[in-house]
Amino acid sequence: MKLLRLKPGHGEVVLAEGDVEVPAEEAALIEAFRRELDAGMWAAVPTERGDGRREAEMVRSFGEVPRDAERVIFFPRAAGGAF
Amino acid sequence: MLLPLGATAIVATVLLWELCRTRLLGALAWVHAEMRRRLELRRRAGGEWQVRYDPGRERRAERRARALLRSCVNEEEWAMYRDLGLLRVWGSSSSCAYVIYPHRPILAYVPQTGALLNEYCVAFPDHSRPYGSARLPDADDVLAKWMALTADEGRLVAEANMHLPGRQLDVEQVRDDLARLARWEGERLGRRATPSSGWRSRGVGDRPGSVRAA
Repeated sequence: MKLLRLKPGHGEVVLAEGDVEVPAEEAALIEAFRRELDAGMWAAVPTERGDGRREAEMVRSFGEVPRDAERVIFFPRAAGGAF
Repeated sequence: MLLPLGATAIVATVLLWELCRTRLLGALAWVHAEMRRRLELRRRAGGEWQVRYDPGRERRAERRARALLRSCVNEEEWAMYRDLGLLRVWGSSSSCAYVIYPHRPILAYVPQTGALLNEYCVAFPDHSRPYGSARLPDADDVLAKWMALTADEGRLVAEANMHLPGRQLDVEQVRDDLARLARWEGERLGRRATPSSGWRSRGVGDRPGSVRAA
């Protein structure tokens, strides 16, 4: 699993990468996940449905991330406003 | 002669000091504050200088962002963004769809009639400003909107500022974009109907009636 963050002037950045079945790597993933949520990021997991339609699933904790997810994407939370 | 003059000068100086002391101290405090303000401005300017706009860096960022977007959306959505510069997302209700533009409001419209419903002003500012700007690359902004819309449409709509169409988006331009989208989908359907093309599609563009936008 990869934790990615969208970043201005850079594109995505890999925050952490590891196997959730390996306890030490899972702990590192959880720590990175919490750090991003504490920084006010939203987290989403891109998924593909059986009919081929793609969508994303918002997750609020590491426990909500599907175990087989390949990546979790963090991005700044939405703010309404003029452009 | 010299002694009285000297004494007078000392007394005059002391009196003058007493008269001007408050003003002088105030002026000194102002100068001090002004110097600190200018130093702070110079420091900030120096910081911005180090991370000033770099077109090469922005192009690389956009390239990365487009690759990520392509890996998340389906083939048709990617082709739509690549060819038209916008992304259409179906709403939870079949009578509503959204058009996502990079760094512009999201447009809600009725796909069956092309009627424009609302524009939703929403941004994803990264306040850490790693390179001096809070603005995500264009494709990342589109991806963020796509993820937020497909995952939790209600939440995104609630976070956004809603306006009638035309507040920030040019209505004529939007109608033109919807017409371009309809033509584009028609051409793709035509290619799909041609067996020799070998082209196959799946996903969000398959909803009937989607090509009748004004």
